[in-house]
Amino acid sequence: MKTIDENVFRELQESAGADFVQELLATFVEEAPLALSELRRSWEAGRAAEFRRAAHSLKSNALAFGAEELASRARDLETGGLPGDGAALEELQAAYESAVAALKELARA
Amino acid sequence: MPDFPARLLVAEDNRVNRLLLMRSVELLGYSVDSADNGRAALERLKSGEFDLVLLDMEMPELDGFEVLQRMLADRDLRDIPVIVTSALEGLAEVVRCIELGADDFLRKPVNASLLKARIASSLEKKRLRDQHRELARRFATEEVAQDVEQSGFALGGRHVHGAAMFSDIRGFTTLAESQPPQETIELLNSYYTLMFDAITAQGGVVNQMVGDGLMAIFGAPLPLEEPSLRAVRAALDMQEMIRGFNEDRQAQNKPPVQIGVGIATGEMIAGYTGTNRRATYTCVGDAVNVAARLENHTKAIGRGIAVDAATHAAVRGRIPLERMGSVALKGKSAPTEVYAI
Repeated sequence: MKTIDENVFRELQESAGADFVQELLATFVEEAPLALSELRRSWEAGRAAEFRRAAHSLKSNALAFGAEELASRARDLETGGLPGDGAALEELQAAYESAVAALKELARA
Repeated sequence: MPDFPARLLVAEDNRVNRLLLMRSVELLGYSVDSADNGRAALERLKSGEFDLVLLDMEMPELDGFEVLQRMLADRDLRDIPVIVTSALEGLAEVVRCIELGADDFLRKPVNASLLKARIASSLEKKRLRDQHRELARRFATEEVAQDVEQSGFALGGRHVHGAAMFSDIRGFTTLAESQPPQETIELLNSYYTLMFDAITAQGGVVNQMVGDGLMAIFGAPLPLEEPSLRAVRAALDMQEMIRGFNEDRQAQNKPPVQIGVGIATGEMIAGYTGTNRRATYTCVGDAVNVAARLENHTKAIGRGIAVDAATHAAVRGRIPLERMGSVALKGKSAPTEVYAI
């Protein structure tokens, strides 16, 4: 699985405009950490509905940019219920960071 | 650019999604605004400024399903087309959205071409519905049009209890002969506008206009409380309107007009008569016949409003009526008691 599906990203730039996508990416970088910490908080507190909502939110945004791996992991968390341990959350965090780095590269090009 | 300019509302709590969707909609040439939760979305929609809403299914507080339910239940919101946007995984949710009145469903991330096509399609459907509705209203009253919309059209009738009213302009034929045709039509149109206002303000339904003759029903197609009282009050308002109308006519050196109003209360059969292709909503029954005859009788007794005993009984104590005695009305074997204002 790719980190970013470049076709999706280029398509987004074409339809919405490269400048706009730059701004949208900046917004994503602001919002995603909030969703990630909400994910951790709700996992720790055992709040399944909030956990699902945060995962769904990340998935949704990842899909918009073509961040396949991030979207896939978020989907697993969204549909899998509260995980037994924190490993999946660590992996999600890593996937997020890779995705953002890749997207910033693509946006620059 | 779209064929028809429209204003869209994007209801979406996720900031990235909201910005992206708004951008896509703007690029399609529509004007757009947003709400970030269900409650705010409903409030904005009540303003009446939006032609379509793109609704996310999972907003906090009031979720998409609840918004759909509330829109369906609200007369002002029911007709606004809704395109649901969702990254939901299940088919059951999609079905539920459609059952709750959503016009269409778009999976997130929303494809730009699909968005364009679906918005255009929903707006076109709405435009046709509005056109259709306006056409129906041009030839039928609001209540009848709604009745057909809700219950469907079928030839046939049912019993109703209510009041029938007839009204016409005295000496209309003579008046028409003495003035140019355009003036006659203008007079009729002014007369109808005023009579309509007076009748509908009291919950009555004008169901026929034949020349200068007008027939109205109080109590059908929708039931009405105190149909007789409402009919009499409408008649009084009609006379009042004619008085004002005559003042205007006098200022224009035109002769005044007089109207006669007849009202009878009782059981009637109301429904659609005619054929499946061409029909009219009407009432038949004794009360209808009596009302028409009473209207005609107003000339003979020199009064503006004549009502039957049943109407008098219904309004006694609240509207002063004078007993005019009994009269043999055409088509009735027993004499009819007449009361007048």
